[in-house]
Amino acid sequence: MGTIIIFIQKAIGQGVCMLLGANGEILTEKSGNLNLGVPGMMYLGGIAGLAAAFMYERAVAVPNAFVGFMLSLLAALAAGALGGLIYSVLTITLRANQNVSGLALTTFGVGLGNFFGGSMSKLAGGVGQISVAATAGAFRLKLPLLSDIPVLGDVLFSYGILTYLAIAISIVMSWYLNRTRQGLCLRAVGESPATADAAGINVQLYKYMATVIGGAIAGLGGLYFVMEYSGGTWTNNGFGDRGWLAVALVIFARWRPLNAIWGSLLFGALYILYLYIPGLGRSTQEIFKMLPYVVTIIVLILTSLRKKKEDQPPESLGLHYFREER
Amino acid sequence: MAGQIHGVHEPLFHISKREDCSLLWAILVRLAAIALALVVCGVVIVMLTGLNPVEVYAGIIDGAVGSSRRLWVTIRDTLALLLVAVALTPAFKMRFWNVGGEGQVLIGATATAAVMINFGDKLPAGALFAAMIAAAMLAGMVWGIIPALFKAGWNTNETLFTLMMNYVATQFVAFCIVYWENPAGSNSVGIINSSTKSGWLPALFGMTYGWNLLIVVVITAFMYVYLRYSKQGYEIAYVGQSVNTARYAGISVKKVIIRTMSISGALCGLAGFILVSGAGHTISTTLAGGRGFTAIVVAWLSKLNTFTMMIVSFLLTFMAKGAIQIASQFSLNENASEIITGILLFFVLGCEFFISYKVEFRHRRKED
Repeated sequence: MGTIIIFIQKAIGQGVCMLLGANGEILTEKSGNLNLGVPGMMYLGGIAGLAAAFMYERAVAVPNAFVGFMLSLLAALAAGALGGLIYSVLTITLRANQNVSGLALTTFGVGLGNFFGGSMSKLAGGVGQISVAATAGAFRLKLPLLSDIPVLGDVLFSYGILTYLAIAISIVMSWYLNRTRQGLCLRAVGESPATADAAGINVQLYKYMATVIGGAIAGLGGLYFVMEYSGGTWTNNGFGDRGWLAVALVIFARWRPLNAIWGSLLFGALYILYLYIPGLGRSTQEIFKMLPYVVTIIVLILTSLRKKKEDQPPESLGLHYFREER
Repeated sequence: MAGQIHGVHEPLFHISKREDCSLLWAILVRLAAIALALVVCGVVIVMLTGLNPVEVYAGIIDGAVGSSRRLWVTIRDTLALLLVAVALTPAFKMRFWNVGGEGQVLIGATATAAVMINFGDKLPAGALFAAMIAAAMLAGMVWGIIPALFKAGWNTNETLFTLMMNYVATQFVAFCIVYWENPAGSNSVGIINSSTKSGWLPALFGMTYGWNLLIVVVITAFMYVYLRYSKQGYEIAYVGQSVNTARYAGISVKKVIIRTMSISGALCGLAGFILVSGAGHTISTTLAGGRGFTAIVVAWLSKLNTFTMMIVSFLLTFMAKGAIQIASQFSLNENASEIITGILLFFVLGCEFFISYKVEFRHRRKED
């Protein structure tokens, strides 16, 4: 029983990162932008949140956890949004290719994150290991009372605020996309921008907003990893391939935020499954780490085989839309 | 007509396609973008580190071409990047987004290493190299064909499929490394055949990386001719322009997709061979080092012209090598190179707009 609870907790811990990244990417892709810069934006969010907390905690004698929390949250949102904005300017205004721009954003974001994370202590004058204990503590704060319930409290209520925020974002996004007029317009832009344009929808505005806000949400994924998962420390490339798993999760969830919630749980579980299966050699463990990707490929194939209309990627995904070139 | 426009709100500026873009303008815009990117990088470097950017750029040049050895390492890495970019080109020309170069390179490298480890001392040199090349190309080809089959048959999204295949390949390499590790427990393969040097590409014309140079240049030239003058190259261009037109013209689109991706994958596999046999003589999960992704940018920025790719891959490798040098010189983190590369790419990608389009502001339009 104890092992199962820990397994679920760890799976959720892995999944939240991917869920936030995937939520950001779903919003972006719904506008027809295939932003492969997700890993980059997640790195940007992570490092900006850490840097903000770090500078704050160094500047004051007794850091206030709440101030540190807000500062790093805002910094992560802003940095992720900035990544989305760079991508938007390149692909929407300057009409550059989406795939190439996204990959360039990933290169930039990952580089910036590792550069800063690796040299922050030196740049600050050699303070040794970076530690933002107060801020990280705020991110790791469990729900009072509820988390004390045995079993149920451990499984459902033992996480930091970002975990619940991630789920809330999924629910709000699902409502927004499916139940509001703006959400309908956004989906129209992603499916057929020419039609949306003819209907008087401001295609460029929708694309910009979806991509920038999507970037901000993805940035939170990086913040989660740095603050709650790693407890306010940085390891170069420690983030690993979670950014690409977030892209994979979008496909797995078939562009639905609610699917992404349980999808992220499954991905998180698959990601750490090898640690919990007894008798695995080191080499077989590596094969097990393939699972999330293999599962994604299978889902991708199945959705294209079944050709169900509502499971397909947005029709204009990855294609640029310029009114003059119709 | 002009009279009717009166009273109608006219946008601040007006964008139109540039029909007659002179070569001079195209070159000027690109040079301006690179210059601007270097200025921005300089500003970023000063802001981050407080170092003198001129010193930093001097360090970059020194690091990339400062000595004969450094120059050759830069050339070696340029060649590897160039080969991957050339390999991806036919797929892109067909508008098939092969984002899986990374995985195809890795799997080719793994096949090469497998042959080196298992047959290194059993086969004569000629047969060994033939087997290594064949294994690498076959492995890359398989990795490329899988997404192509599904694209051709069921229109499965190839960008996402090939992207996922990268990580399946990475984990496969990780599996093989544990299997082959030397010494045991090190979680690395070490230098393969370090004593016998069997399966290592020898020097050619006195150049350590002579074979790399020869292979890559031949493939680059071949790809140029293949795409421009062969019937198959013509078919690829047709499919890329419009699948429906191609079908109407009697081209079997499925066949072209599968054939082209097998070429693309096989050449990526060959790049894996060169990285193992002609450069590192070892295998690791980071062997491809993001080349599969950088090569996409290289191919795209070069407008799929294989000769322009030589310049672009040299420029990017130059910056990367230089940045590693300044990182150690100023004891910074070597990821500075990725920041510089990223900024450079943003500017060069953005500047293409000013080559393809012209922006006319409202006040320029005379009311006549």
